[in-house]
Order: sequence, then C-alpha cells, then structure tokens
Amino acid sequence: MKRPADRAPRGIALLAGTAIVLLLLPLAGLALRAPWGRLPDLLDRPEALAAIRLSVTTSLAALGLATVLGVPLAWILARRRFPGRELVRALAVLPMVLPPVVGGVALLLAFGRRGLLGGPIADASGTSLPFTTTGVILAQAFVAMPFLVVTVEAGLRSMDTRLEDVAATLGAGRWAVLARVTLPVVAPSVAAGMALTWARALGEFGATITFAGNLPGRTQTMPLAVYVLLETDPEAAYLLSLLLLIVSVAVLIALRGRLLGSR
Amino acid sequence: MMRLSAGILVLAVTALAACGSEGAPDGERTGGELLVFAAASLARPFAQMADLFEERHEDVDVVLHVAGSQRLAAQILEGAPAGVFASADEPQMQRVAEAGSTTGAAVTFARNQLAVVVAPGNPHRLTGPSDLARADITVVLADPSVPVGAYTRQMLQRADVEVSPASFELDTRAVLSRVALGEADAGVVYTSDLHDRDDVTAVAVPDAVDVTAEYQIAVVGSAGPSAASFVELVRSPEGAAILERAGFRAP
Repeated sequence: MKRPADRAPRGIALLAGTAIVLLLLPLAGLALRAPWGRLPDLLDRPEALAAIRLSVTTSLAALGLATVLGVPLAWILARRRFPGRELVRALAVLPMVLPPVVGGVALLLAFGRRGLLGGPIADASGTSLPFTTTGVILAQAFVAMPFLVVTVEAGLRSMDTRLEDVAATLGAGRWAVLARVTLPVVAPSVAAGMALTWARALGEFGATITFAGNLPGRTQTMPLAVYVLLETDPEAAYLLSLLLLIVSVAVLIALRGRLLGSR
Repeated sequence: MMRLSAGILVLAVTALAACGSEGAPDGERTGGELLVFAAASLARPFAQMADLFEERHEDVDVVLHVAGSQRLAAQILEGAPAGVFASADEPQMQRVAEAGSTTGAAVTFARNQLAVVVAPGNPHRLTGPSDLARADITVVLADPSVPVGAYTRQMLQRADVEVSPASFELDTRAVLSRVALGEADAGVVYTSDLHDRDDVTAVAVPDAVDVTAEYQIAVVGSAGPSAASFVELVRSPEGAAILERAGFRAP
C-alpha cells in the first residue's frame, strides 16, 4: 500500500536522478576504462606493490593513533563541561573541512624542520618528520581523526547515561564504568568511526604529498602512486584507483545500516 | 516505478550531454577565450605574455593553465580544450603531436639550464652536483616523469653521481618550495626558477655536465586564429625579451 505522501514531486525525482548520474558516472567511467585483465600484472610492478603495502600499513597505524587519541577526546567533549568546549570541538573537526593541502602546510609549520615543535626537535636530535613514513601516518591521522571523534561523540551523547550511574552506585570505579559499560554500549559508534577514519586515511593525498613528499616505498601511498602513474602508465593508475574504489565500497557495505540509515 | 527512474536517468544524461556540448570550447570560442597550457617553469613570463596579448586583442580572454608539462600533455591527450601548449621538453610535445592533437609543427622558443638550489648563504657549502650525493644533506629532486626531473637525471648521469632523494616532487616549483621552506637542503631546478629569488641561492652546474632544456610551443586542436597569434607573440622579439628577463635563453 502506498501512502500519498510517498509520491515524490516530479522536479525532485529529476534532480535526484541527475545527482545519481553525477555521482555514478565517474565511477562507471573508471570501472569501464580500467583494464581488468591487467590486474594481476599490477601486482608484479614493484612500485605499485610498494604503494599498496605502504598504504595498508600507514592507514592502519593512523587508525590506531586516531583511535587511541580520538576516543578520549570524544569522551571529554561528550561528558565534561569546561570553558571553551565548543571552541575545542570546532577546532577538533576543522581538518574535516580544511583543504588537505592547507592541512599539509599547517603540519609543516608545526612538525617541519623549522616548525614550532619540529624545529627544536630537529635541532636537538637531527631528525624530522617530513619525508618519512611516520610523517605519512601523522598526516593521515591529522586528516582522518575528526571522523572518529565526531562519530564516537555522537554515540556517547545518545547513550543512556543511567547505565553508567547504576554501575557506579554498584561500586564500579571510573575505569571499570568506562571499560565495562560505556565502551561496550558505544562500541557500534566506535566501529563506525574507525571504518570511516580508516577509509579517509587510506584515501589521503593532499596533506601527505605536502607534508611527507613522494618517495616510492617510503612516502608514496596509493593515491600518490595513482597521481604519478597517471602520466607514465594511465592503465596502472586506473587499476590502482579501482582497488581503492573497491575498498571504499567494501567499507560502505560494512557500514550499511549504521551510516546509510537503512533498516 | 522502475521504468520511470530509467526514464529520468536518460533525461538527466541527455541534459548533461547537452551542457557538455555548449560548455566545452576548443581552446577559444565562448566569448573569445584562449586556453594556454604552459609548463610550470613558464608561469611568470607567460602571465606577462597573457597580459600583453589581452592588451592587444581586447576581445580575447587568455586563461593560463600552469602545471608540469607531463600533466598538461596527459590532460590534452584526455581531451582538455587547450588552444596552445608550451612544453618544457620535446618528449611531452612529441606525445601530444603523435596523437594528432597539435596543428602545425612545434617550434623551440626558449632554452633553460639547470641549477642546484640551496638555502641563502649555502650553509652546507655545496660546490656542485657531485655534492648532492652527500649523506649529511636532505635532497629533493623532481620526478623523472616531469621534464625537469628527466633533465636532472641526465645531468646526474653525466656527472656520474648517485643521489638518493628524500622525495620526488611533481613539478619544479615544488622542489623550489621544499628548499625555500627549509625542509630540504638542496634540490635541482631550472636557472630561470631562481631569477629574482632571494630566499634561495644557486650553486652553479659546470657546463660539462649541464643539460639544456628545450621549450617547445604549438597550437593545439581546432583552436582559432588567436592561438596562432599567441604563439607568434611568444616567438616575437617582445616575447623573447620577456623570456630573457625571466631568466630564459633564446633558442
């Protein structure tokens, strides 16, 4: 039985159709142009393989860093009242809306060889983060962590805090409440936030190339390899793009029902 | 319901296609717009060329698109509506010409040399390209897929130097900014890049190992007469003077 309200006004359907074309046509172009038969050859190319390996390791490390730091930040933002909380929240999600290249420049000014923190460290130890794999991880975590913070904070805000109160009155300490009650309840939010954060870290380009540079095997992740290969071997670039696309689709499918709101 | 959405999809596609056929001019057309694709190292002189050209042809609006020549070539081969292509090397122009995208022959209009770029005052006391192999400095080079990177590779081969750079940048300006920002101690760029810069210094490359960059220009696609006149301006004595003031040499 269809309710009358379910029928969309005509104009809306047309605009929605255009939106679908706009979103799907580029992906269709990629899928059609990619030489699927060469997919196995791609794995024989050392630079492509190195980029895949580097992307997997750095994005997982960035995810770890973002989770270890981001969950506590989300908890503070959701549960503690302190002056300037709104400002801190806004700043914490700033990298989500900041152009990634600007993020890369900002990272250079903070952690670069002449940066606020990077300068003294370089002077004292002779090492610096730009052009290193650690720099890649930092750039990815910087750009991706806000996704975790936002998702987990929303989960914490919507949970029934009486559960925590009950646990506390029954004698549970603060850490026990957090570990046995709060985290299990918001686990789905944490998982969703982690999936988004990982996908964002995996696709990171602008901040990485600006802050960490482009060296095969050390800082050249898959998105950077796609960008370089586009000029020398477009087919390999399409294939690498396709791999990234497949991973993104897999993440979205895993998140189905959580983000997409289907029941 | 299924049939309706399919109909909408077809409608939307045709609407988009219609926009496309109006909105994508070949180099010029809509309101006399001339799209000039120029190598990254040509950014400054070509901005002056564009101003001069617009002064003389008030009906033409020159739009300058500056990037690594290899990227520009790839974009043209994918159908970018360039009217003029100015490449920093012959191979990239060749790629475009072989695909039948150029109109008429490409001509060499300028030359450039390489320079080792370091911080002002040369704090690490580099004396030439062979010092780029030193383990105590951070070196950044252009990727060999970029013209300046290919020239750099030739130069280092001639000098018989093995360099392990910290990064392969994607155009000459990126190499320059790494050194200017102090993230790298040395890099290799064009001598013209260092013209008028006081935040970096050049270490001379000996003539015996230096490589001469050859800049070529051509009209692309079905661009109209303004593309040809732009190429004429670049090759005129006035154009040569602009290039010379920007640190380039005559062909």
